[in-house]
Amino acid sequence: MEFNLLSDVVEYCRREKKDMAAAMLDYEMRNKGVTRDAVYAGLKQILLVMEDSVEQGLTQMTITPSGMLNNWAKAVNNATVETLGPMLKKAVARAIAVGEVNACMGKIAAAPTAGSAGIMPAVLVTMMEEHRISREKILDGLLVSAVIGLIFARNSSFAGSEAGCMGETGSAAAMGAGTIVYLLGGTDDQILEAVGFALKASMGLVCDPVGGLVEEPCTTRNAVGVANAFVSAQMALAGIKSLIPADEVIFATKEVGDLMSPRLKESGQGGLANTKTGREIQKKVFKTLD
Amino acid sequence: MSEQPSLFDILGPIMIGPSSSHTAGASRIGYIARQLLDDVPVKAHITLYNSFAKTHKGHGTDRAIIGGILGYGPDDERIRQSFEQAKQERLEWDFSFVGDAVRFHSNTARVKLWGEKGHTVEVVGASLGGGRVKIQEIEGFTVDFNAQTHTLVIIADDVPGSIQHISGAIAEKGVNIANMFVSRTETKANMVIELDVAVPAEVIEKIQALAWVHFVRLVEPMLAGSSRYEK
Repeated sequence: MEFNLLSDVVEYCRREKKDMAAAMLDYEMRNKGVTRDAVYAGLKQILLVMEDSVEQGLTQMTITPSGMLNNWAKAVNNATVETLGPMLKKAVARAIAVGEVNACMGKIAAAPTAGSAGIMPAVLVTMMEEHRISREKILDGLLVSAVIGLIFARNSSFAGSEAGCMGETGSAAAMGAGTIVYLLGGTDDQILEAVGFALKASMGLVCDPVGGLVEEPCTTRNAVGVANAFVSAQMALAGIKSLIPADEVIFATKEVGDLMSPRLKESGQGGLANTKTGREIQKKVFKTLD
Repeated sequence: MSEQPSLFDILGPIMIGPSSSHTAGASRIGYIARQLLDDVPVKAHITLYNSFAKTHKGHGTDRAIIGGILGYGPDDERIRQSFEQAKQERLEWDFSFVGDAVRFHSNTARVKLWGEKGHTVEVVGASLGGGRVKIQEIEGFTVDFNAQTHTLVIIADDVPGSIQHISGAIAEKGVNIANMFVSRTETKANMVIELDVAVPAEVIEKIQALAWVHFVRLVEPMLAGSSRYEK
């Protein structure tokens, strides 16, 4: 059983009268020869790790060995100024929490990569807390995120060295956006629109971490990725269209990734890594480490 | 079973951060080296090459490899304290670093282990990203396997009929050989045999008992979090 395009998945759903979560479940069960229970057992494990990583980052000390990140998630969570109310603030804190736990050698679930691991947990925990979505439904949301990731990986790339940060936080934001639409009862077509919006906002985003470490700017880009996911879902649920279909947007990310200079793709040679301050931090970090 | 990616290739692996290549993959190389030692390690010498050499501390590559040598999977939270654990378990270790080694993949580690029963092994592995690894050298022989299935590694005198003899011993028990790679020096042959299912202990004992066989080790696939299904 094969899905090459998001439109294939939508077509399958139409034909089989199933939703996108059920389509991904069918795909996994048939291709891997496993039961429904085995798939959901794996999803539960992923969700537990995601929730734990959010919780840890919001409650424990998180100073990275490099010193670049220093308890930012808690700072955001405890902030008294709220630019758009408590929900956005908390969602942002959750994404940073996972980034900090990851950088401090804590346990995370890559989704789809370690560098972008904050977005899906922040989206899912926020949907549970703010929208009271049940855990069972959240597992189906994970299936929807996976089918979006599957099609993205097939036609573009998750690797920072190939598609830049667009392939990491961009794809994670797209997975999150589609999941939010699904969990709020949107249609399959609306899920695709949300994917399109999220990827268009990430188009051309470079991978330029300071010192080659998964900290700066990865962690704050995860936070912005969560906002991207909610904004994209909001637009899709309102019924506006991406104009460029999601599958074509994915093809465009592949083209843009190929056109991006290798210096801007996880090489440490361009962008923020190559700024005066970025270089200074790198020197300082590796001096203290060695 | 199929070339289609799994749901858990998209969501997962569950791993200790920060990097799937520099942390999770590194721990797997250490873990595989321990399986190839088939002994309790008492001493380890590790050489890190290229990107591993340059960025190991920021990514915890060194702690991850030691954790793997102690038998921790890539999702084991003890990795963070692996140096302290190693001291408690009386494992001595040291690292050396080679910043530019063009002949190796950018994330490569050489792990030499000594065990309490007297076993030794030297392994070179590369971390490919997403926690995937490739073992490239064992005891000086060029190899190429990913340890995602049951893998038997054998070093024997290159006597006529040796390969048929060993594959026969495996097939006799109804174990299907998925892939087999052979590399040779002047007098010895290395066989890497990938199997669909676990090989019974009696088969391994039978191969070990052959006078012209020097080294038989089994590397079992790792169930990293939920990224794999038990078979």
